[in-house]
Formats: sequence, structure tokens, C-alpha cells
Amino acid sequence: MSSSAISVRDLRKIYVVTERESGIAASLRSLWHRETEKVSAVDGISFDMVPGEMVGFLGPNGAGKTTTLKMLSGLLHPTAGMVAVLGRIPHKREKGFLRRITFVMGQRNQLVWDIPAMDSYELNRAVYGIPAGDFRQTLGELTELLELGPLLRKPVRNLSLGERMKCEIAGALLHRPQVVFLDEPTIGLDVTMQRRIRIFLAEYNRRYGATILLTSHYMADVEALCRRVIVIHHGKLLFDGNLADLVRRFTAHKTIVVRLEDYGADLKRYGEVVSCEEGSFTLRVPKAETARITGRILAEMPVIDLLVEDPPIEEVIERVFAQGAP
Amino acid sequence: MNGIRELYAQQFKTTFASMLQYRASLVIWMIGHVLEPLVYLVVWSTVSNSGGGSVGSFTIGDFAAYFLLMMLVNNVTYTWIMYEYEYRVREGNLSFALLRPVHPIHSDIADNISSKLITLPLMLIIAVILGWFFHPTLTVTPWAIAVFLPALVLAFLVRFFLEWTLALSAFWTTRVAAINQTYFVMVLFLSGQMAPLALFPSPVRVAAAILPFRWMISFPVELLLGRLTPAEALTGILAQIVWVMIGSVLLRIVWRAGVRVYSAVGA
Repeated sequence: MSSSAISVRDLRKIYVVTERESGIAASLRSLWHRETEKVSAVDGISFDMVPGEMVGFLGPNGAGKTTTLKMLSGLLHPTAGMVAVLGRIPHKREKGFLRRITFVMGQRNQLVWDIPAMDSYELNRAVYGIPAGDFRQTLGELTELLELGPLLRKPVRNLSLGERMKCEIAGALLHRPQVVFLDEPTIGLDVTMQRRIRIFLAEYNRRYGATILLTSHYMADVEALCRRVIVIHHGKLLFDGNLADLVRRFTAHKTIVVRLEDYGADLKRYGEVVSCEEGSFTLRVPKAETARITGRILAEMPVIDLLVEDPPIEEVIERVFAQGAP
Repeated sequence: MNGIRELYAQQFKTTFASMLQYRASLVIWMIGHVLEPLVYLVVWSTVSNSGGGSVGSFTIGDFAAYFLLMMLVNNVTYTWIMYEYEYRVREGNLSFALLRPVHPIHSDIADNISSKLITLPLMLIIAVILGWFFHPTLTVTPWAIAVFLPALVLAFLVRFFLEWTLALSAFWTTRVAAINQTYFVMVLFLSGQMAPLALFPSPVRVAAAILPFRWMISFPVELLLGRLTPAEALTGILAQIVWVMIGSVLLRIVWRAGVRVYSAVGA
């Protein structure tokens, strides 16, 4: 157990929410009688992460990802189960623990809005008691990796969303946390900025050996960064393992892209034609049939080029969420 | 301890920079803090004029001294934390404070002191200018000044701890505005902001002395005006110390309970 950076056993979080029907009568009734309902946000999940590992945490909205991250960072008390991060119990919020973790929330800002990021960084230096030398070095490295140079002196409110996110991430890493939680760090960013942040996270992970757990709606993030993914749905663990295994396990189809000399060829007899344009045909075929169908196409048609692919990862994930438990 | 000092210094720079970003709102805020005591001063001056130059033991000059000092002491002890917390809890910004390895009250105290260091010199200048118009009668004794400073610091602490604790009600209810309103009305009457406590009937005076309100604002003013005997001054300081202790214990208990609620229902 001590070799794990993060260890989670049968973790549960049940929220008690008050609910009432709309309308005045219901409002009045709720004055003396409150209807409450228990909502199971996280329903018995277990996993471990070794130091330096980078894991993608996937699930649709409301799956319990953020709730889990909040329990791991100590913001939420678990209802049941066990969490240990760096050997500590997060919700005790010990100073020594808080100094070694960070939590980047893509939709919230910790930087002070009206002043330059640099001033907020100085405040963080004081809050975390970072020695001046370490601070300068870390800031220098982060500035270089994230290309922050000119941004640090502008008031945060004048930065674009992407620039602000870069500054937020740098601010959250100044104390060189060993464990980094990122909740949707690339949300709302354009493709270029998403890629920048991805490259940065990979480099940060490599350089400092930090353990990183991140959620994202962009599969490209997860594909680029995480060999291992954990998928949860309705608070339950659906899958924990290799991204490639996830694709293998949850896809019943493969995609065959064929280029033919004959633009008007009819390929319906081989499988479902997803698209055809200018001689390039995309077919969806059952996975088990792939080899046989490929062979038939090659034998029977005037093929220029042929490619067998897995369906796009988004499609796989969509299917995983749609079918629930495997 | 060194770390905390560093934190306060940095918070000062942050607060200073933020305030400079909003010079206009700073001016508006200060106008409000000047106008309120000024209105009471004008009202009471008029009342004493029609009553032959004084009300109870207060002459027109006494009223001028009282409300100008009131303005300054209120400026020093004032907090805005009760509005701030509602916003923090509602927006979830408190999460960042909870992720930091320092108790969040430190940045609040530092922020408050910092903004006072910026506004106080301006308020002093305004007080001097107003003094020129309203002719306050003020004779201060050296011992009153000597006791005034600790009394002012204690008044700040009593008020800060109390209002920080009340602000934490945001953890339990979304109707913080109602609580704030009730509290501010009580402060207005029982801390001597609207009228000197000496002019109130005795039940109100007793209530103000038993409750923390007199010790948050009125007491340092009464001291400087020379309206208290050394024995009364000493009793006052003791009352302040007791309230600081009660406040800090309450604060700890309520903070712990509040964080438990916050972390139970979804931070």
C-alpha cells in the first residue's frame, strides 16, 4: 500500500438533497416538512495509482468524477470507504498534505482577478512558504514551458481564457506538488491551446515525476497523455486499464477505408457504407468479420488503397456510456 | 511565524494593487463612510440647538468630536466579511482557501488591515477638514491616549472575530442577507453609531454593555472623549479581552462545524 501515491477502496459519497415540487403550495409544505432524497454520487469505486503515473478519469457529466477528485484533495468527506493520498487521509487537510498536492479546477479561478498573475504567484509563495530560490527556478521553468513571459504582468481579467488557464495551471504548480488533480483543464479552449497544455502536462509529469489524475471531455487530451484510463458512470467503476484495451473491449466494429478506381462502385454487400466521396469509401464492419471482408474486397474490387482502423475514440466512449456496465 | 509575517506582507501588496484598480469605488465607499456619521452629526447638532445648546451631557462641540471620532474608529474596526463569505460559499471559491496550507482567516485579517492602512490616512485628512467646519470640543489626557490604542486594537479584534463567525452562517443558509440585516440594525443602535449610548435609556445602555456591541466601536471613542473614569476604562478593556476570547473560541467551533457541513454537501 505504501508504494501507492493514491489508494482508493470502496469509496462512496452520498449527498442528501432537499427536493420539492414547484408551486406555492409545495413551497409552503416544505416549510415544515422537507422532502430529502439521497443521491449516490460515487458508489463504491476502488483503484490505485503508483507515483509518477498519469491517469485519465472519464465519465459523462454527473458520473461522479469531480466528487471523486474533491474527496481525493480533501474538500469532501467520503460517506464510506477509504482514501489515502501520499499515505495521508485527505479530508483531515493536514498542512503537510496540502503542501504536496494541487487541484486545478478548469471552471474556477484562484488567481486574483484585478491584478497581474505575478502578484498572485507572490502571494502563493508566501502561503506555501516556498524558498525564494526554488520559487525563482520553478517559475522560470513554468514560464518557459507554458510561454507565460508577457502574460505575467497583465491584470488577469485582461487575459484570454486560454492565457488565463495557463496562468492558473502555473500558479497551482509553483509549490511543486507531488500529486496533481486536474478537473477539465482544457475546457473551453481552442485546439491549439489544448495541445499546448497537453504538451505541458506530459512534460511536467516527465520532468518532476508527479502523479497526475485528470478529467477531460476531450478525448484527444486523454489519448495524448494517458496510457491508463479509469471510466466511471453513475458513480460506479466501468473500466480501469489501457486505453487500447478499452477500445478493444467496447467496440464491436472496425472501420475500413478503401480507395477505388471506380467512383461509382457499390460496396453495400460488404458492410455499412458510412461515407463515399471521390472514390474513397468508409465502411463499418463487425470486428470479427474484418479479416474476411478485407480479403473479399481486395480480391473482388479494383483497390488502390485500403486501411483498417478502430473507430474514433469519441465514438467508443459514447458507446461505453450508452451501454453502461460492460 | 516568519511565514505568517511574509503572508501578511504579500497580502498587503495584493490588496493595495487591487484597491488601486478600483479607485472610483474606493472613493464612493469612503463617501459613504463619511456621510453616515455626518448625517447623524447634523441631526444631533440641530436637536441640541433647539434644546438650548446641548442634549443630556453632550454639547454641540461634544457631538462634533463624538461623531468625527466615531467615523475614524468605525473605519478601523469595519469589516465586509459577511458579504464576502456568502459570495465565497455560493461561488465555491472557498474551495481554494481550503486547499491552502494556511488558515483562511489570516488572509482575511491581512486583507482587512491592508485596506485600512490605505484608507485611514485619507479618513484622517477628511476628519481634520470636517473638524474645521464643526468645531469639536476635545481635550484628551495622556492616559486616555495610552489606553485608546489597545482599546482600538481590541475593538477591531472583537468585531472581526464576531463578524467572521457570523459570516460563516453562509455554510448553513442561503438567506445570509436577512441575518446581516438584523445584525447591522443592532450594530447601528447598540454600538453608538447613531447616537451616543449615554443618551439612551438605561435598559439599552445595559444591553449594549452586556452584548459585544459597545466594545466594538463606542468604547474607544468614549475613552478619547474623556467620558470614562480610569476604573471604567479598565473594566472596558477587560470586557474587550473577554469578548476577544469568547469570539475566538466561537470562531473555532463554528469554523470546524461549517467546514464539516461544506465538505458534506459538496464543496
